[in-house]
Amino acid sequence: MGIRILKSGMLTTVQDLGRTGYQSQGFSVAGVMDVRSFKIANLLLDNPENEAVLEFTLIGPTLQFTSATIIAITGGDFQPTVNGEPVPMYTALYMNKGDILKFGSARTGSRGYVAFSSYLDVPVVMGSRCTNLKSHQGGFKGRKLKADDYINFRIKRRYLPFFLSRKLDINEYDQEETTLRVVMGPQDDLFSKQGVETFLNSEYIVTSDFDRMGCRLEGPFIAPKDTSDIISDGIAFGSIQVPSHGKPIILLADRQTTGGYAKIATVASVDIPKLVQRKTDHKVRFKAISVQEAQHLYMEELKELDEMRKIIHQPCKEVLDCRLVAKRLAKLFE
Amino acid sequence: MQNKIRILTAGDSSILVEFGKVISPEINRKIAATVQLMKMQHIEGVVDIIPAFCSLLINYDPRVISYEEITERMQHLLKMDAKMDEGKKKVYEIPVCYGGEYGPDIANIAAHAGLTEEEVIKIHSSRDYLIYMLGFLPGFCYLGGLDERIHTPRLANPRIKISAGSVGIGGSQTGIYPLDSPGGWQLMGMTPVKTYDPDREVPILLEAGDYIRFIPIDEEEYHRIKEQVERGEYQCVIHEGEV
Repeated sequence: MGIRILKSGMLTTVQDLGRTGYQSQGFSVAGVMDVRSFKIANLLLDNPENEAVLEFTLIGPTLQFTSATIIAITGGDFQPTVNGEPVPMYTALYMNKGDILKFGSARTGSRGYVAFSSYLDVPVVMGSRCTNLKSHQGGFKGRKLKADDYINFRIKRRYLPFFLSRKLDINEYDQEETTLRVVMGPQDDLFSKQGVETFLNSEYIVTSDFDRMGCRLEGPFIAPKDTSDIISDGIAFGSIQVPSHGKPIILLADRQTTGGYAKIATVASVDIPKLVQRKTDHKVRFKAISVQEAQHLYMEELKELDEMRKIIHQPCKEVLDCRLVAKRLAKLFE
Repeated sequence: MQNKIRILTAGDSSILVEFGKVISPEINRKIAATVQLMKMQHIEGVVDIIPAFCSLLINYDPRVISYEEITERMQHLLKMDAKMDEGKKKVYEIPVCYGGEYGPDIANIAAHAGLTEEEVIKIHSSRDYLIYMLGFLPGFCYLGGLDERIHTPRLANPRIKISAGSVGIGGSQTGIYPLDSPGGWQLMGMTPVKTYDPDREVPILLEAGDYIRFIPIDEEEYHRIKEQVERGEYQCVIHEGEV
């Protein structure tokens, strides 16, 4: 019982929140790019917060279910269908044995997620089920998925209470322009006053150099005071480094643990999903906020997720509608 | 020393503690001592740490500990640090089979230095190297202290694959490749010891702050140790001593 990969899509991997605790030994964290979509997918199924999902990029995979389970699809809109019929996103969906779930290319956004109520059976490596593509570690055999791969489920879990209530508002990633809120530092003092102004007042364009390691932007030159080379130090998720060519590179899930370029600022955690769902040629602007504001936004998002959890645990109003019940009953006798 | 240390913001979930702006064993020891202290004190909410040449990045969970709180805890901890016993050092013996097919570039290194291969081996294996930090690849050690006489520029045309265990020189650095990887270092030898083994209980052998001593071995010994390593029976020789 599990899923068979019929088509792999462009880059489909097993991911969770990443492998933390080993960066001091040179291991990248890896993990999902869009933490928000990941959390909502698991939340819709009452999964543990860090349960592994499939993450796919730009072109999604086609999967066949070899046993019944419940899934939730979030992130960019990959126009999902089940047995050829469109299915809603941000909704718990019942999958039967033999069903074929097909994703197309990303209509909006660039990364999609699918979570499973029966949990993907891949081994826990150093505390995580995520795939680290660079060290070929974790996930499914330490690599991206290919056609004919087969992943088992760990448990049978085919029932969820309040099933009909399990739908949430869709996060649309259709904007072509976005403003990312950033916390300045750690090395903003290595850039000239003008350099910092350029960074905060210019439009930058997402280039095609955009993968799980990082996103290169094109735009006005950000001038350092002297040099932007530093003695290598640790890199955080969302760090914006500016090498001597003066163009920002935002470091993402598969970033190296350390690097030798000055980092002008770091994207606020809540805004990283907005960045990773961008596509080539989309426009990005930066707005400086304080670390306190960024932490406040993070806490507000957690509250929002708690609200979602409440919404999906209420009895569905439709069920109380007599006509609807009658219609459903009638269907049984057709 | 204390007033030079700066705590910088690195987003809403990390801080960077900057101990200085030079590469020096003293600063590195101070960082290692701080890491030790952090492990002993166990600050609730710290998710991960990345010690580097002269800084320490701390990832934390803002749900558990706020920016103000972690900054305060670290300031407090950095003051305590001065009382730490910094006198102990751990030296790992890394057996290396130099030259021949194990180190195809040793002739390059010798020619560049104007020395014989034997002299190169003697120089390379006659001092202890401080592990300043790990990064780049799992278990890759940035070592300090390579003798200037054997500094050698990287290969003009990097190799597509360098085998795990290769010992080489790249400019003023020397090190061990923990896993198969592309690279441009001049290869001088090979160690049968696995500095990274995903199947081992502790996958990474070495830690920042430790030292490495290269011990020349012959081919026979290389194969003998390699077999022990494969069976999981090999124990690295470790010396504990004064700095």
